[in-house]
Amino acid sequence: MFNTATYKDIFRKGKSRRSREQIIRFLFFAIALASIITLALIVVFLFMEGLPIFSKVSVKAFLFGHYWYPTDDPPEFGIFALIIASIAVTGVSSIMSIPLGVLTALFLAETASARLREIVKPIVELIASLPSVVIGFFGMVVVAPFLQEVFDIPVGLNLFNASLMLAFMSIPTICSISEDAIFSVPVELKEASLALGATHWETIWRVVIPASISGISTGVILGMSRAIGETMVVLMVAGGAAMVPSSIFDPVRPMPASIAAEMAEAPFRGDHYYALFATGIVLFFFTLIFNMVADYISNRYRQVGAATL
Amino acid sequence: MTKENSIKRGRKITQTVVFGLFKICALINGIALLIIVWFLVANGWRAINWTFLTQAPTDSMTKGGILPCIIGTLAISLGAMVVALPVGVASAVYLNEYARQGKMVRFIRLGINNLAGVPSVIFGLFGLAFFVVWLDFGVSILSGALTLAAMTLPVIIGASEEALRNVPDTYREASLGLGATKWQTIYRVVLPAGLPGILTGAILGISRAAGETAPIMFTAAVFYSPSLPTSLFDEIMALPYHIYVLATAGTEIEATRHLQYGTALVLISLVLGLNLVAIIYRTHLRRRR
Repeated sequence: MFNTATYKDIFRKGKSRRSREQIIRFLFFAIALASIITLALIVVFLFMEGLPIFSKVSVKAFLFGHYWYPTDDPPEFGIFALIIASIAVTGVSSIMSIPLGVLTALFLAETASARLREIVKPIVELIASLPSVVIGFFGMVVVAPFLQEVFDIPVGLNLFNASLMLAFMSIPTICSISEDAIFSVPVELKEASLALGATHWETIWRVVIPASISGISTGVILGMSRAIGETMVVLMVAGGAAMVPSSIFDPVRPMPASIAAEMAEAPFRGDHYYALFATGIVLFFFTLIFNMVADYISNRYRQVGAATL
Repeated sequence: MTKENSIKRGRKITQTVVFGLFKICALINGIALLIIVWFLVANGWRAINWTFLTQAPTDSMTKGGILPCIIGTLAISLGAMVVALPVGVASAVYLNEYARQGKMVRFIRLGINNLAGVPSVIFGLFGLAFFVVWLDFGVSILSGALTLAAMTLPVIIGASEEALRNVPDTYREASLGLGATKWQTIYRVVLPAGLPGILTGAILGISRAAGETAPIMFTAAVFYSPSLPTSLFDEIMALPYHIYVLATAGTEIEATRHLQYGTALVLISLVLGLNLVAIIYRTHLRRRR
């Protein structure tokens, strides 16, 4: 009698323990969905506040309209110049940031001495942590007058200045992701190449880079994604003119700059307000595509082992 | 023979040149960081004194200090951590301890990666539409902190996951072998062992939140606030926004230059200081392992 009771007790306790474990597991699962839910809410609210503008202008006129005069009467909501400006600053900045970021990554992963590695790696991380407003401030008060003098141009706040600052900001992203990829190339591959008589550089060029190219591309794409979405820098140093640029020293107004500068003045739930949210939707899709492509590349072309090359 | 030798020499020279190029690129990064920091220190240190750090701005922000900005920045970045840290750590626990590899985990990771890639100004728009207007929190510490929490969530998850991954499986096996349940193992063994790494992530999260401007422009920060915040629903002044406002929209941009340098110096001291602490602490942890 006594024994059965204890057995039942233990059994019951074990059962309650198990169901408690189930509940806890479910709780963690629910919390882990927070990121997805936040992302979904961002999409929902962007669309909720942005779509009403399309009752005033067509999607085509919005995306390809050349005139952005949101406060005129009647207003013009064409963000073509803003889109081009965003693409231009991102493109020009990546011309500088890709080589710098990738070569620094190669230096860190392949040729740096342990001592130098310990110094350079934190430097790259510290660059990543610099607040964007500080970089924008630096671009305004130091780089702009400098460019004006060196290139003899009327305004220092322009496409080139913004690209320069953006390049500086996206280097850490490109560098650290590329470095991880380069670092994880199996050592057998390198040994095989060296054993065949290739120099270290030839090994890097013919073996290490091809083997890590998916990781490097992921880094590059995420770096560009960071550049296109960066706000304070383009707000402070791009110059702010909503026109399609004809030279790299023209002032421009990329999408994030336009949103940040005008949102404070736009009448609540007026057409201008809706148009700025719609600009946000366009910007969001640009970065979403960049991130999806990066995600696809890093999963699809992952170097799994020595044998797959 | 001589031809072979010269080819060999050519290959060697190429290598030396290319490796030199690597070094130069690494050097450029270092120099760029140095220039920015040196420039801010050289121009900013004169502005910083006791009054600057402990007084409110006076004479329509052309004189006085930045105390409200320091307090505002601390309030929203710590507030963001209060929300993001538990959620982030719990997400990491699920992904690292409970989840089995499969479609669901892939989906959650995709969400985290994409959230990490959302531009800061979009977080600002989202915070405005959701927290400020829809939930009616107004332009306040609460709205700003929640917006920043959403933004720093991926950072926290990433750091916590790394911390949990680094806890050896033997710890888990020992605990489970003694009859502890999964939750007891996580709570009593895995989390304490991963705590230092998680703390590093929290420090990085605070520094990230403290330096952001665009997400708080429409959700928490104002140009000028006559009094210090007393509740979660008060609007605030913040260091990054203060720099932006003084440098671009102030009535006397040139006259307040020294205040701008000073504020920027305080902000980067805070952010770089926190990061340096996190980096050194992490290096220390990795060595011990």
